[in-house]
Amino acid sequence: MPKRRIFDLRVLIGAVFAIYGVALGVAGLLDDPASLAKAGGLPINLWTGLGMLALGVFFLLWARFGRDEGRPEETPDD
Amino acid sequence: MNGGTLELNALDWGILAFYFGIVVVIGVLARRAVATSSDFFLSGRSLPAWITGLAFVSANLGALEILGNAANGAEYGVAAVHFYWLGAIPAMVVLGVVLMPFYYDTGVHSVPEYLRRRFNAPTHFLNALIFAIAQVLIAGVNLFALALVIRSLLGWQLWISIVVSAAFVLTYITLGGLFSAIYTEVLQFFIILAGLLPIVVIGLHQVGGFDGLYDRIGDPALFRTWEGTAAGSWSNPLGDWIGLAMGEGFVLSFGYWATNFAEVQRTLSAKDLSAARRTPIIGAFPKMFFPLLTIVPGMIALVLVPRLGAEGGPSYNDAIPELMGRLLPNGVLGVALTGLLAAFMAGMAANVSGFNAVFTYDLWKPYVVRGRSDGYYLKVGRVVTAAGIAASVGTAFIAAGYSNIQDYIQLLFSYFNSPLFATFIIGLFWKRTTPWAAFWGIITGTAAAAIAHNAAYSIPYFYPGGVLDPTGESINAQMVNFYSAIAAFLVDAVVMVLVSLVTKPRPDAELTGLVWALRDRAPRPAEVWWRSPVVLGALALAVVVAMSVGLVLIY
Repeated sequence: MPKRRIFDLRVLIGAVFAIYGVALGVAGLLDDPASLAKAGGLPINLWTGLGMLALGVFFLLWARFGRDEGRPEETPDD
Repeated sequence: MNGGTLELNALDWGILAFYFGIVVVIGVLARRAVATSSDFFLSGRSLPAWITGLAFVSANLGALEILGNAANGAEYGVAAVHFYWLGAIPAMVVLGVVLMPFYYDTGVHSVPEYLRRRFNAPTHFLNALIFAIAQVLIAGVNLFALALVIRSLLGWQLWISIVVSAAFVLTYITLGGLFSAIYTEVLQFFIILAGLLPIVVIGLHQVGGFDGLYDRIGDPALFRTWEGTAAGSWSNPLGDWIGLAMGEGFVLSFGYWATNFAEVQRTLSAKDLSAARRTPIIGAFPKMFFPLLTIVPGMIALVLVPRLGAEGGPSYNDAIPELMGRLLPNGVLGVALTGLLAAFMAGMAANVSGFNAVFTYDLWKPYVVRGRSDGYYLKVGRVVTAAGIAASVGTAFIAAGYSNIQDYIQLLFSYFNSPLFATFIIGLFWKRTTPWAAFWGIITGTAAAAIAHNAAYSIPYFYPGGVLDPTGESINAQMVNFYSAIAAFLVDAVVMVLVSLVTKPRPDAELTGLVWALRDRAPRPAEVWWRSPVVLGALALAVVVAMSVGLVLIY
């Protein structure tokens, strides 16, 4: 039976973090003063959102332009 | 559904629900890659090192580990870094640099199978049985701890969280086997980072940075790592250096990282020996910085959470959940909650995927139903996964009936790991070790750990100041744990030598590749330096030594 390939893990992580990053970033821009005060005045949603988005983009770029090393290798003897 | 401490909004719930959806998607997609039992149990020995390396550290990163080390930070202060820099990194490096070829090149699929090839079937059976039972019990304790956290944060009934999280783990492991477990572990690793970092950033901001933390805790003893560990008159919260270095740094840590199959299984799924050797070392780099995400929040909680660890206040284990409720606004709060729940599920998934492999390959196949097709054993693996999860739901409800059974079970399995490591390492380096020596070594070593643990309660040395407390409450429990491990190792070693002298060793021809003296001496293909396990391992140790010296100098 020919082995079907599993998806590239980098694409999954990249997509999940890009989505989370955008959601948190938008929430961060809309945060009310009470939310900001809770975090001691730091715009933590915005920072975390940007950080997660950056990580997501990094994984997507690695998957797109890097070598094929984000999933199991084909093993000819299987 | 009320009574929880967290005030979640739609964004938090969305973040949480999205993660659970993704986990199911991983299971469904991973199922397409599972054609043989080797795919299901070992990921077909095909994964690149960065994936197995992050899965290796993530499998250990259950929420018990996160909450427990934050509690250690609050209780013992900076000295808790020993659980990382002494209790993990050296063992991970040695596993990668020295021990890995004996697992990977011999083609064994599990730690019990190594014992069968090196020693005999009774040792194999004993170890496989203990491991299988232990994994189900630990998975149950994980489930129960998860349910406790969810109850306090969200106000859910215990049984709802137990059944729901068991159902999710069941879904993705039964579908995709070890592929699902490992993919989820890598994703979870990053989610946990994203959830814990904001707590540290806001927390440090609130207390005024590391200097502010030092001033506001106001107890220099909580910033000492090696001070006060003199043997004979210790005052360090973790006891003397003998227990720390030999018990925690050697026996317990090597027992966990190098001979616990739930960890070793990740290395065996790597695509080649080089990737397998790099797996624990790649894991060592993030692991060495985790004190920043666990111990530091624990210490921040000492300042920001009133009455933490005091009579009537929140317990040390609540350090991180308490900070989440106080510091995180909606949004990152959802990420942190997702990270915590993901950690619980991944910890349980690691236990379950180790359990189903050992039960199927090491108990069912050799001792119960032999010689059937590969498809049959793949099916057995899926059924056993479901049965194992059902059993751990059962043990979760048993754990719910006892307030301190969790500590007890954790302790019990440190009893089993220590003799196993002694047997493994002596059998590896002393070719003359006989099969029956291994068997009796494990049995007597386990008994020695239990006896030493009980005896310590009537020895004044294990109490602060050397004063015996008849109630046993003030005893230094960590130190007892370290010394019990040393006792287990020594008794196991002595018994193995004695039994070896009067029983027959296996001929050399059967031990090729399994013992140090008969290792594969063929030169390994040269690699660029940043892929060399030796270079990476030395780098990891150098960074840890530098950080350890730094802490002693600063405080």
